[in-house]
Amino acid sequence: MMTTKDINAIPCRKMFTDTLLESAKQDRDIVAVTTDARGSVTLGAFANELPAQFVEMGIAEQNAVGVSAGLASAGKKVFVCGPACFYVARSLEQVKVDLAYSANPVKILGVSGGVSYGALGATHHSLHDIAVLRTFPGMHIVLPCDIYQTKRLVQELIDYPYPVYIRVGRNAVPNVYENENIEFKIGKANLLLDGNDLTIIGTGETVYHCLQAGKRLHEQGISARVIDMHTLKPFDREIVLKAAQETGRIITVEEHSIYGGLGSAVAEIVSQSIPVPMRILGIPDENAITGTSQQIFKHYGIESEGIFAAALAMCK
Amino acid sequence: MIEVNQDKIKALKIQAEKIRRRVVEIVYSAKSGHIGGSLSSVDIETALYFHIMNIDPKNPTMENRDRFILSKGHSVEALYSVLSAAGFIEDKVLDTYGQLNSVLAGHPTRKVSGIELNSGALGHGLPVGVGMSMAAKMDKKPYHTFVLMGDGEQGEGSIYEAAMSASHYKLDNLVAIIDRNKLQISGKTEDVMSLEPMRERWESFGWDVIDVEGNDMEALVDAFESIQYGEGKPTLLIAHTTKGCGVSYMEKIPKWHHGVPNDTQYEQAIREINERIKRLNEE
Repeated sequence: MMTTKDINAIPCRKMFTDTLLESAKQDRDIVAVTTDARGSVTLGAFANELPAQFVEMGIAEQNAVGVSAGLASAGKKVFVCGPACFYVARSLEQVKVDLAYSANPVKILGVSGGVSYGALGATHHSLHDIAVLRTFPGMHIVLPCDIYQTKRLVQELIDYPYPVYIRVGRNAVPNVYENENIEFKIGKANLLLDGNDLTIIGTGETVYHCLQAGKRLHEQGISARVIDMHTLKPFDREIVLKAAQETGRIITVEEHSIYGGLGSAVAEIVSQSIPVPMRILGIPDENAITGTSQQIFKHYGIESEGIFAAALAMCK
Repeated sequence: MIEVNQDKIKALKIQAEKIRRRVVEIVYSAKSGHIGGSLSSVDIETALYFHIMNIDPKNPTMENRDRFILSKGHSVEALYSVLSAAGFIEDKVLDTYGQLNSVLAGHPTRKVSGIELNSGALGHGLPVGVGMSMAAKMDKKPYHTFVLMGDGEQGEGSIYEAAMSASHYKLDNLVAIIDRNKLQISGKTEDVMSLEPMRERWESFGWDVIDVEGNDMEALVDAFESIQYGEGKPTLLIAHTTKGCGVSYMEKIPKWHHGVPNDTQYEQAIREINERIKRLNEE
């Protein structure tokens, strides 16, 4: 169960933009670009305090990504920010050609990703983003799991020399880490809980649920290992191979289609090196039901209860 | 209007014909390429690279260089030939065009010195050009950005998103050019999807529009030199050109969008160009 100490009132998108604003006050080359989404991204303070470093593009994602590429090629440190569902669909060709192929190190902040806009339907869900972006050479992908990791991520991103897609949710989420003084490196997954009976790997908002399930499993005498796979690309192969070797079973948990995401990435690695039984938990090949994101997580079994049950079944 | 030295115009015309000849050579040798739209745009790019733009082939990433984006990336044979003539790439490298794993792909990439954007998917150049122009404004840098688009390309909606934003942000350091050769792969642009009234459409988006004969070097130089930078509006040149310009049997024929000359056609093309160079030299 969620405990009171886990809860905080700040959504990751707010932590992201607050941290970005602090950095941008010191670094005039940081530019935030958005598409009539300053409210949903929480860029209002940035726009008010640093108007010369803020670019409003109107509702035009294709242009926003292209303009961001041009700004970056002229030396700006660009963060193009808006709902994840639009940047990885409407402007996908601009992401592919102007950012990844042309090597322009723009950072895309996709807010309210996955099923954050649960009630709004499939137009507003982004459950394909990891699958698609993984196939673009040069593109990096990070899904932070809480505010502390988000803060560390922004600090790393400022001078990071590659284009990166960052997905965060809409609502405040419980903390996984205790404070911001944590190990964080893009491309290097974090071991949250050690164990030898099976490994549970999560990314983004599912990481908290993986950890809760892992703790309950330990109480039941099952030694579960839990990994926070915040970076989907470049992917930390070593931690996965070690987990396959030492625990012999892997469950992956993602707020994403079961096709092409975290589960696929893990399966690609273990199936060709150390084949072990796997379960891939995520959204099946259907338009996700509508509801709050908590309800949708529960429906598809990607919250702690569902993960716990899947792990028990796997260890029988 | 500034009087341009006639010797300069003559030199530019000869340069353009030499580049035209190089375009025919590399397409013939590679047995592939988009020759029609390359030939229509040769004079525009020659005017830019040999007279208008502030560039240095020895320092291709110079901070205040003028930027050129070939948004109609398929006309890359003209750009490669111009970059070679201007000293950005070696002539022997140009000869590798069309060979396995050549650095010169069938569309522009930043692996090639002097190229600012990987292009080839249409409708991408103007948004990126808007970003470059915006960065120049933010940093009070003096450079200009030139984006060359095709006329068939005008079907892409992203162009109009960019056109809107360029006038909204008063990017008077941005120049777009449309290679208006009136043909696209399936036929006449006005039959495929009508683009007129092109001038009025762009003016209504808040742009200054200049109509120019796009295969007339003197007219092109005059047009580029007449641009009013610093007046708060982006500029569009509608360059009225001939597809396949300079090779008689290719002109205005849609199949030469990406046709490859056979041996006889190749020799005729080279002969026609050589004769013009000879005449120009004798003038």
